[in-house]
Amino acid sequence: MEFFRNTNIDFLGKKWYFLTFSLIFSVAGLISMAVRHHNTGDWVPLGVDFRGGTLVYVKFTETPNNTAIRAALDKAGLHNAVIQGLEKGSNEVVIKLDLKETSEADLSKGKNQIINALETNPVPGKQNINNSDRIGFAAVRDALLASDPLHAEPAEYDRLARRIMDFRDKEHGGVIKSMDDLKGVVPDAVLNALKQSFYTSDFGVRSADIVGPQVGGQLKKQATLAVGFSLLAMLVYLWFRFELIYGVAAVVAVFHDTLITVGAFSLTNQEITLTVIAAILTLVGYSMNDTIVVFDRIRENVKLMRRESLAEIVNKSINQTLSRTILTSGLTFLTVLSLYLFGGEVLHGFSFALVVGIIIGTYSSIAVAAPMLVAYTEWRSKKSGRGAIPLPAPGAKGKVRVKV
Amino acid sequence: MQKNLLLKTGIIVAILLIFVYGMLGPKLFSGEGLKAALLDRIHLGLDLKGGTHLILQVMVNDAVGAQSDHATELLKDELQKAKIAYADIGKLDNQPEKVVVKGIPVDAVSTLRGIVRDRLPEYDVTAGTDNSWVLTMKPQVLADLKDRTLEQSIEAIRTRVDSLGVSEPLIQKNGLGDNQILVQLPGVDDPGRVKDIIQSTARLELREALDHGQTYPTEQAALQAHQGILPANTVVMPSKPRRGEQEGGFVIVSRVPVVSGTDIRSADPGNKSDTNEPIVNFYLTAAAGKKFGVFTAAHSKDSADPSNLAIVLDNRVITAPSINGQINDSGIIEGGFTEESAKDLAMLLRSGALPASLHYLTERTVGPSLGADSIKAGVKAAIAGMTAVLIFMLIYYRGAGVNADLALILNLVILLGFMGFFGAVLTLPGIAGVILTVGMGVDSNVLIFERIREELRNGKAAAAAVDQGFDRAWTTILDTHVTTIVSALILFFVGTGPVSGFGLTLIFGLLANLFTAVFVSRVIFDAVLSRKGRGEALSI
Repeated sequence: MEFFRNTNIDFLGKKWYFLTFSLIFSVAGLISMAVRHHNTGDWVPLGVDFRGGTLVYVKFTETPNNTAIRAALDKAGLHNAVIQGLEKGSNEVVIKLDLKETSEADLSKGKNQIINALETNPVPGKQNINNSDRIGFAAVRDALLASDPLHAEPAEYDRLARRIMDFRDKEHGGVIKSMDDLKGVVPDAVLNALKQSFYTSDFGVRSADIVGPQVGGQLKKQATLAVGFSLLAMLVYLWFRFELIYGVAAVVAVFHDTLITVGAFSLTNQEITLTVIAAILTLVGYSMNDTIVVFDRIRENVKLMRRESLAEIVNKSINQTLSRTILTSGLTFLTVLSLYLFGGEVLHGFSFALVVGIIIGTYSSIAVAAPMLVAYTEWRSKKSGRGAIPLPAPGAKGKVRVKV
Repeated sequence: MQKNLLLKTGIIVAILLIFVYGMLGPKLFSGEGLKAALLDRIHLGLDLKGGTHLILQVMVNDAVGAQSDHATELLKDELQKAKIAYADIGKLDNQPEKVVVKGIPVDAVSTLRGIVRDRLPEYDVTAGTDNSWVLTMKPQVLADLKDRTLEQSIEAIRTRVDSLGVSEPLIQKNGLGDNQILVQLPGVDDPGRVKDIIQSTARLELREALDHGQTYPTEQAALQAHQGILPANTVVMPSKPRRGEQEGGFVIVSRVPVVSGTDIRSADPGNKSDTNEPIVNFYLTAAAGKKFGVFTAAHSKDSADPSNLAIVLDNRVITAPSINGQINDSGIIEGGFTEESAKDLAMLLRSGALPASLHYLTERTVGPSLGADSIKAGVKAAIAGMTAVLIFMLIYYRGAGVNADLALILNLVILLGFMGFFGAVLTLPGIAGVILTVGMGVDSNVLIFERIREELRNGKAAAAAVDQGFDRAWTTILDTHVTTIVSALILFFVGTGPVSGFGLTLIFGLLANLFTAVFVSRVIFDAVLSRKGRGEALSI
């Protein structure tokens, strides 16, 4: 089976289309970022990792009523809280608090305020079994040991407590609707004993992220450094393996990809988190990979085709590698798409960055890096009046050839 | 050729066996099933397993202040011995490494210098404003003290976490900022309680309580009782609410403790003999016991200067009873404990006080339920993506597709084996790293196969085409892998947590891929070719 054979598309002839396309997307992203910067002071929507703040994932037993949640939070004085529903049918919401409501002196204050506000019917003298912050295996086992409903060995209560926690966490997503749901899961005597110590609320906290301002700032700096260093390292490596202009062209292409991807986050108002930074760095590597494949072919063809102009060589090289480019991108896109579709809420931003990044990364190797190489060479030969092509001297510059 | 091929096959099988062992470990032979063996070797990160990730700031200035308080006391003693009058001696509040001596006679300065030189060599003396003298801790001493405080805090947290039975905790310095500690507690299902226990300084101090331990409702009330000016060397401290009360009051206590946290030798929970109320017994070291004996004898009910004793935990007065008589090396703390809280406090006192207080900077808790859902989603995505790729390769490259699929599967085994050997932690972004590795693996195969097809189209014989295809593609594969590994290395070293884990997975995966896509796939081609006749076509 073969999709592409001996294609002969004049990619370089379409460079003005490419330029227009790239400009539209880059500028759209930039404008959106500038508007955001003007309004909020941040260039991109930053996640709680970088911005600091409080993020609490809450799962309810029924479809959550946002108006009621809003009212409860208002009553607790959390007027600026943002409530965001997750996937339909999951009964989950994310409640976000700004950095202003998150102080390093008492980091969990906002989270505790949220939990207290949602807790509409606390039972005095009993503990909420859905309070995953405090009620775990140890608390349930201790309660059972203290009441000793079965007059059994401690090991038996260990087993029962483990069973109850599995019931809550693994089978029911962290929330038990009513203590009576445990009927049949544990013996009736145990259930009655549990009812003396515990009650159920209609929600449970699935996860909480609280980041103080100090760490957020430090992480922002670290992430910027990581991206900067990785671009620099790649530039140096390509300089060493090819020519400086190849490195520059590749880095410009990768920068273009990063800009458009980050712009896509700004346009769709999705938050950039630590994992998204990991995805952006992945896309940097991926796009670079794609560009190198084309450059490698150019380097090889420059040796073989002494008569042709660089533009012809580049066109031919892109066409020769086109089959591989489309196949690899398509397959990688497939794996990333499965991540986007099945990877769940936590990986959503990450896989979104990769889905966008792979399309743009593939496009940029053909439409940005290669034309830039040609444009530079033509400009230089015009300047010096010679038709010389900057040959990456084969065999020189530490070229490694290993037989396998 | 045949012998060479056998040798190479042997190498591949050996490597496969090594990494299968790395992936599954000794449990492979215990018969507990594949999943149990795999989970025993591949440690899941917090995001998959559930647990808590904390970053704490150690307030190292607490320890510096304590040191300066000690210097202040010593200086007062020495100056009294030398019969030198002084107006005031105390540390600066915003610069705890400095102690200011005010109002000493000009001719006593050389004596002061002498005392500092002999007894407080860790301080330098300089002249301050208004005829005062400033003792400043030497920079090296200060830096050492801060480092030591951080180390001791890490040790204390480790002891506490261990006593709670948390498995595989990670407790280390956090590279991101100064004096920060990173604590990761996978699988903890009651993070709130653990957090409280970690943060509790558990600094038990015994101080003198003024006004017979009188509790004032507000700070102002305490001040007013002394006409707005506190007696020298005293401070107002909040007290713990009594049973049944919502808010505690305020007690005036001596600025410097008689006995401090490091003087506690041991502690255990107990019950009061008459009321059976839970209490905590504590025992002092010999030296502290002696000091405490002198203090209690001097301030007991029947003495000339009766006073109360404030039992202070983490800068809150728990009780302030009167002193019945001389107490030497043990005492009890009572004040509304439950059995559990008495047990926890005794454990904290035993494990040693934190040398400084802690603030939480970051808290991420992944509940066990979310972790379970995430791993389901991540694994589902990985399997779906992988299966689609494997099937596509088989359809598109037919015979050679088998090569690619074998190489990909072996790549995955080596990657997981690596992780097993190195004890690396698999996080959710780590699973993404695995998927990306699969993508890069596919790329290498596609590059090689497309090259071989090209050579075949140019009329080369099968063997020559394979040879040329691998040879040409190798340069490209090397370049792409080196660039990606370079960026993955930067992720690993510059990044933290999930980003770092992602980088590590990618590095392992790419190294494995260089071996499988190039070496293993080649050996399979050679094996196929060696069976074929001269003119037979290659299935690619």
